[in-house]
Amino acid sequence: MNLRFRLLCNFLLFPTLLSAEPLHAVGNIFRPLATPAELVSDLSTLTLVICAVVFLIVASLLAYAVIRFGYREGDSRSEPAQVYGSNQVEIAWTVIPILIVFVLAMSTARITSAVQDQQVPKDAVNVTVIGHQWWWEFRYTDLKITTANELHVPLSTTAERKLTFLTLKSADVAHGFWVPQLAGKTDVIPNRTNRMWIDPKELGIYLGNCSEYCGTQHANMELRVVVETPEDFEKWVTQQQERAAAPESAENQRAFLSSACIACHTVSGTRALGRTGPDLTHLMSRQTLAATEVPNNAATLRDWIKDPQRLKPGNKMPTIKLNDTQLDQMVAYLTTLH
Amino acid sequence: MASVPYPIDEGRGETAVRKDSYWARFAHAWVFTVDHKQLGLMYIIIALLFFVASGLQAAVMRAQLMYPNNTLVSPQAFNRMFTMHGTTMVFFVGMPFIAGLANYLIPLMIGARDMAFPRLNALGFWLTLFGGILLYSSYLAWAGTAGQGSAPDVGWFAYAPLTEKAFSPGTSTDFWILSIIMSSTGSTITAINILATALCLRITGMTLARMPLFVWMFCVVAFQILVALPPLTAAQIMLLLDRFLGAHFFDTRAAGDAVLWQHFFWLFGHPEVYILMIPGFACVTEIIPVFSRKPIFGRAAMIGASVSIGLISLGVWAHHMYTVGLPSKTNIFFAVATMLVGVPTGIKIFNWTATMWGGRIRFRTPMLFCIAFLFQFLIAGLTGIMLGVAPFDWQLGDSYFVVAHFHYTLIGGLLFTLFAAIYYWFPKATGRMLSETLGKWHFWLLVIGFHVTFDPLHFAGLVGMPRRIYTYPAGRGWEGFNYYSSWGVVIQAAAIAIFVWNVIDSLVRGKKAGNDPWDAWTLEWATTSPPPEYNFAVSPEVRSSRPLWDLKHPEDPDWKYEQV
Repeated sequence: MNLRFRLLCNFLLFPTLLSAEPLHAVGNIFRPLATPAELVSDLSTLTLVICAVVFLIVASLLAYAVIRFGYREGDSRSEPAQVYGSNQVEIAWTVIPILIVFVLAMSTARITSAVQDQQVPKDAVNVTVIGHQWWWEFRYTDLKITTANELHVPLSTTAERKLTFLTLKSADVAHGFWVPQLAGKTDVIPNRTNRMWIDPKELGIYLGNCSEYCGTQHANMELRVVVETPEDFEKWVTQQQERAAAPESAENQRAFLSSACIACHTVSGTRALGRTGPDLTHLMSRQTLAATEVPNNAATLRDWIKDPQRLKPGNKMPTIKLNDTQLDQMVAYLTTLH
Repeated sequence: MASVPYPIDEGRGETAVRKDSYWARFAHAWVFTVDHKQLGLMYIIIALLFFVASGLQAAVMRAQLMYPNNTLVSPQAFNRMFTMHGTTMVFFVGMPFIAGLANYLIPLMIGARDMAFPRLNALGFWLTLFGGILLYSSYLAWAGTAGQGSAPDVGWFAYAPLTEKAFSPGTSTDFWILSIIMSSTGSTITAINILATALCLRITGMTLARMPLFVWMFCVVAFQILVALPPLTAAQIMLLLDRFLGAHFFDTRAAGDAVLWQHFFWLFGHPEVYILMIPGFACVTEIIPVFSRKPIFGRAAMIGASVSIGLISLGVWAHHMYTVGLPSKTNIFFAVATMLVGVPTGIKIFNWTATMWGGRIRFRTPMLFCIAFLFQFLIAGLTGIMLGVAPFDWQLGDSYFVVAHFHYTLIGGLLFTLFAAIYYWFPKATGRMLSETLGKWHFWLLVIGFHVTFDPLHFAGLVGMPRRIYTYPAGRGWEGFNYYSSWGVVIQAAAIAIFVWNVIDSLVRGKKAGNDPWDAWTLEWATTSPPPEYNFAVSPEVRSSRPLWDLKHPEDPDWKYEQV
């Protein structure tokens, strides 16, 4: 019911994009859909069970003591027997917890090492993830693709295991890459290179967030991982490798290229070569805008360019004074960038 | 109630007739005072004032998060509020409160006239207070500052390089740095004073072995403060150098190291958790035996457990850093160290339970808070173990699960023990009892409000909600948890309002307490309520760890059984 409702919302929000891909919107860490998240989930379940058992035992003892030894009207007012302690008992409740810690420590060591020390297979997809205030840049260096906020990765199946390796870097402050159903979070720290890997086992769109506080718009530094069949992924790669679509109207393109936008944004094959903002070469192939859950279409794009500070107050995109004609021309041009 | 066959000075001991003006008397009482009891109360009063200020900010944040896409406050305002909330609660509520308890109670418990360094003590108080005022004055710093004005917005652990001039221009971050350096200096002074007092000023007969566990635990805390605060202060001075003199310790744009800040910060930050928690343990350890009518179970084990928590907790800081990409072996080391802290903590919980076992428990308000503490702290400890399991933390860290966990520790754990302490020692400090009826309303509303607020947040974290977000979209499974959590705040606020009323009302009309309303066993109950300036008219005799028990039960004194 809930899931269907959410799918319905998705359907209403993104009518043009509705493919067969389900939306994994709820990042339940106990419903993992990739190996790193599965390993963590198994260990977490073990830990949770141990903790639950400990809780039940200790809480029952506590509750029993409180109920059984409570003073009631009519009880003797004399003092109870004065007991100072017992070394045997102290040793017992020191040794038992140490044994529990031992079990947990061994399992922790095994899983930590299994996830962190994974070797990179030769056929892995390599992506460099660059955290910016407040959006994500994804560079597929081998494939010569640069995109933003939506990470496309191929599906991994038991027949054909396909790993995606992420190299995490930051352009400014510390961020955190977290898509709960795929893997635990890894920080994205300037001047430091971190790594993580995923092998998603179900098709669909996975939602995640920046997990390390990174300034004003930390909340709206969301990210999507689009998991596709290897064929679809290949298709996406080919499409992304193309140069920007030829402009339908030279005038519209001129409106864009003569604006300040090109100082920060790139459209391949033109003189827009800015690197501070997201690459716009295939802007319309992305589902959302501004690293938020706002669908990407002509209307939202127009609102966004008109006043970027309204949707995402404090973000780094300045408001550029444009009249309605310029705005229309610019949106008309940008919406051709499929 | 057994009466104390003990010579007690019933007067207030005010022999000299003062002819000073009202203002002179006011200044002597509230400004120039070096009396440990007066300073203790002043510490607790400012802690409660900052608690209300910080709590109100929390309430606004919960109101903002009640609904998805809410626009009650701007992101800038929200980020300032969580930074100020965290910073205030740790440095200007927790620290002054424990300093207040230590100041008020330690000299009374060990039969001393005052703290070892009374004037240094006053300096510590004023540094803490002015640190807090400095921090809050940043809210007024609108016009005078370039770039980001107003209060700091870098989070209470202020990760580099967000705090560097390039990302935090203006002066808000400097307010954060300087106010904490000030209050840390105050805390360090208090720590030195606690150790000197406990080691040098104990009354004849009170060996270390007979010293109340409360004082023992505060000695551990003082040791931790002395070890843990310098790394923070050092890092903050390095950050100031970065910001003003172009040093590059944490400036990643000039090859500085962001992770270095995290090491420094958590080298302070983790022991800090225990610096706040162990005083809570100290209160519980005094209160549970009195209301169970039995001595603490396993006194030596309690001392051992406290000392080992104090030592082990200095070596677990990187469990806050499992996600920064440290090598797997480092993560495993810190995971094991973290789990080991659970062992002495477990020993304490077992000892408190065993103390109640076989007792005749009186369910007065202080005891109710202690019992709730035991259950809530048990849960907080177990979620702490979960967070200690490094891979589990990769999912839970920086999520709302962590938020729920440390609020369970600091509210369900610490705040409940502090309320227990207030209800228990209020009669000693004021001479009047707090109302039991209002106390029970306060207790039950706080328990309900606390659970409604923080239980759901665990689940929000388990379904992927990161912390420190000023808003969130609908459809990600977070709405319900946040909605209920926000309502819990209303119930908690009602509980706090009742508490405030209880304090004001009882100060005026409360039942007279007498010297020893709880029939307790430590020395502070052997003098008047409130105690005279010189504390004890006659030196009490100490032959065991429960001197007043010995006096009340000459037929069955403790010193017959205690080996030391």
